[in-house]
Amino acid sequence: MSFERMKREAKEKREALRQSKKPLILVGTATCGRSAGALDTLEVFRRELKSRNIDAEIIETGCLGLCYAEPVVGVVKPGQPNIWYRNVSAERARELIEGYLVKGDPLADYALGSTEGSVEGIPHLFDLPMLKPQVRRVLWNCGLIDPTNIDHYIASGGYEALQRAVFEMEPEEVINEVKRSGLRGLGGAGFPAGRKWEACRRAPGDEKYVICNADEGDPGAFQDRSVLEGDPHSVLEGMIIAGYAVGARKGYIYVRAEYPLAVNYLEIAISQARERGFVGENILGSDFSFDLDIFQGAGAFVCGESTALTLSIEGNRGMPKPLPRPRTTEKGLWDKPTLLNNVKTFANIRWIINKGADWFAGVGTERSKGTAIFSLTGKIANCGLIEVPLGITLREIIFDIGGGIPGGKVFKAVQTGGPSGGCLPVSLLDTPVDFDSLTTAGSIMGSGGMVVTDEDTCMVDLARYFLDFTEKESCGQCSLCRLGSSQMLEILRAITEGKGAMEDIDLLIELGEAIKIGSICGLGQTIPNPVLTTIRYFREEYEAHILKKECPARVCRALISYRILPDKCEACMICLRNCPVGAIKGGKKEVHVIDQDKCSRCGVCMSICPERFSAVECIPGQLSEEDLK
Amino acid sequence: MEYSLSEILSSYKGTQGELIPILQKVQAEFGYLPEEAMNRVAEFCRVAESKVFGIASFYAQFRFVPLGRTQVTACRGTACHVRGAPQIVDELKRQLGIEEGETTPDLEYSLETVACIGCCALAPCLVINGKVESKMTPKKVKELLTKGGQV
Repeated sequence: MSFERMKREAKEKREALRQSKKPLILVGTATCGRSAGALDTLEVFRRELKSRNIDAEIIETGCLGLCYAEPVVGVVKPGQPNIWYRNVSAERARELIEGYLVKGDPLADYALGSTEGSVEGIPHLFDLPMLKPQVRRVLWNCGLIDPTNIDHYIASGGYEALQRAVFEMEPEEVINEVKRSGLRGLGGAGFPAGRKWEACRRAPGDEKYVICNADEGDPGAFQDRSVLEGDPHSVLEGMIIAGYAVGARKGYIYVRAEYPLAVNYLEIAISQARERGFVGENILGSDFSFDLDIFQGAGAFVCGESTALTLSIEGNRGMPKPLPRPRTTEKGLWDKPTLLNNVKTFANIRWIINKGADWFAGVGTERSKGTAIFSLTGKIANCGLIEVPLGITLREIIFDIGGGIPGGKVFKAVQTGGPSGGCLPVSLLDTPVDFDSLTTAGSIMGSGGMVVTDEDTCMVDLARYFLDFTEKESCGQCSLCRLGSSQMLEILRAITEGKGAMEDIDLLIELGEAIKIGSICGLGQTIPNPVLTTIRYFREEYEAHILKKECPARVCRALISYRILPDKCEACMICLRNCPVGAIKGGKKEVHVIDQDKCSRCGVCMSICPERFSAVECIPGQLSEEDLK
Repeated sequence: MEYSLSEILSSYKGTQGELIPILQKVQAEFGYLPEEAMNRVAEFCRVAESKVFGIASFYAQFRFVPLGRTQVTACRGTACHVRGAPQIVDELKRQLGIEEGETTPDLEYSLETVACIGCCALAPCLVINGKVESKMTPKKVKELLTKGGQV
């Protein structure tokens, strides 16, 4: 079938769906939706509609990025606008069927917004504060199409860029367009994509590879997974175009085994693309051939590094190659020239080819063009996945898009770039988010994790947490990374346990700087970042732990105490019965008291004390003699 | 074991590049990597047994002991951490009486932690036999595990 015909048929199918006399239900069933119960919701729609003899079309979509509202469901009644609903539990799904589908009341209270028309009392979906400032390119289709149906992608303009590249452009022209666009690698390092492509094209050799890095290992980041689960073909299309441009015949997608749904959707997408002639021999009847395979990463953070990643595909331990090493574009997988880019970098390619480099560079800053995707999480009202123009400020992201800090708490810091990044304080909230500004501030873009913390987050504990992660993930080749990270972790542990000394702070800085110099890969070179930035911006918290033996955020167990407020305690025995170490004394009608020597500071009493009493309090440091009376 | 192992190997050529995918298949079949199976894989791919063990021990995905019937995986990702994952992990250890990476002697429960399952908006979360349990508290952990008198 010719591409023109495929396009026509896909668009006709889409039109038929729009004009259909049947209601259309879209249920977001990506991993995030599923964890909020989307599969139960889906089941209710299927069963309930069938039992009521309502003939409806039900489609599973990826994720819109509004994680705080999951499960998200879109309902389209014939001739009516699409209405998107939030937090659609199984219960709410039944209400929607009865209320809206049967009785015609759009239940505005449950609605997030509408698309393709307006409904009274419901805002337009893309006018929501979380969506309005976004520029959605990579996320264009996410949450709106069925990722397992290639026709949905084609109807949205999919594979047009591939057709154009292969039939109307020389490989050099494709590379030039990517170069001119200013696209930088979105895996974290921000290396100019076009230059990488050019280097791979120019590298001598007939056998070359394209690899998509989907080994998203940063704790707190899930944007690659969402793209793969929401619009896998956009990534494949970018990879195939890259194959054409650099002269490769084979591509691998290196995806975490921890992302089973993404792997499953990729398998479906590749086989559909192969059936339609976008993958395989003589793509779309041209003389260009390119095949794709999935490689499942077996769980090693360091494999996000390019040389470790290629070694892993070759069947080795993923240990970065020692310096000096040839660039992956010259000697990569099986020692052949290899182009390695991130999921989001590839997903941007179709836009550059379809709309041109100038259009692409129309958003962003002087040196960082286009958009970036962030997983906005932690102590933030609107958790989710956002795509914003580079150059937007942290303040706009956290307070306008993210809706600020919930529960009336105070913002403390934002952690960007995962374990390799840093923590930025309130004074840096107006920092523009781009590759260079974040590096100057001591953090990095990284792959796009953005974790917001509030007054209840201990910065020393957060630094310890990241070190705990990276120390385990060090591959062990470089002594400073392997041993230095262990030493830093020991020191941080001592500080959080109240055993720290003031000279420890200088020791951490000295050791941190040494690890940066003495490690051969990006993992080791960035391990100290969370520690160094928290010392730089939150030194007083370290000092409180060391000098006052207090954890101001009430997190570090050795440096906090729990007590029961006698005037609030109703002597209900709940905490007393549940205390795992039997540290609570008292009885019926006898106010309870915590034995401070026995107390393990687990916090069970505080979490279990009925909210109407709220009689348990946690304070920094030890209780004074007076408190104990 | 012999039969299913041969069946797994029959779809591969025996090159070193297939080592990790083969080990993943073996683990999917047996739930862990039995020593005999690793030796067979080494022979099949014509590499030293130490090489296979070296790879298996490098990657977090591979296990050398069987899993319990109920697999409890606690997420220790950043978002979960700042929202109280350490208390959740402690409560799990206390309820199950085992440490991370261990299986209860009756093979009923095993407890693991992972860096991030990517459900950050629903933190802190757990995965119990593949089902995600979101917005956990120590109290909810206890309720979950005692549901149906399992513990």
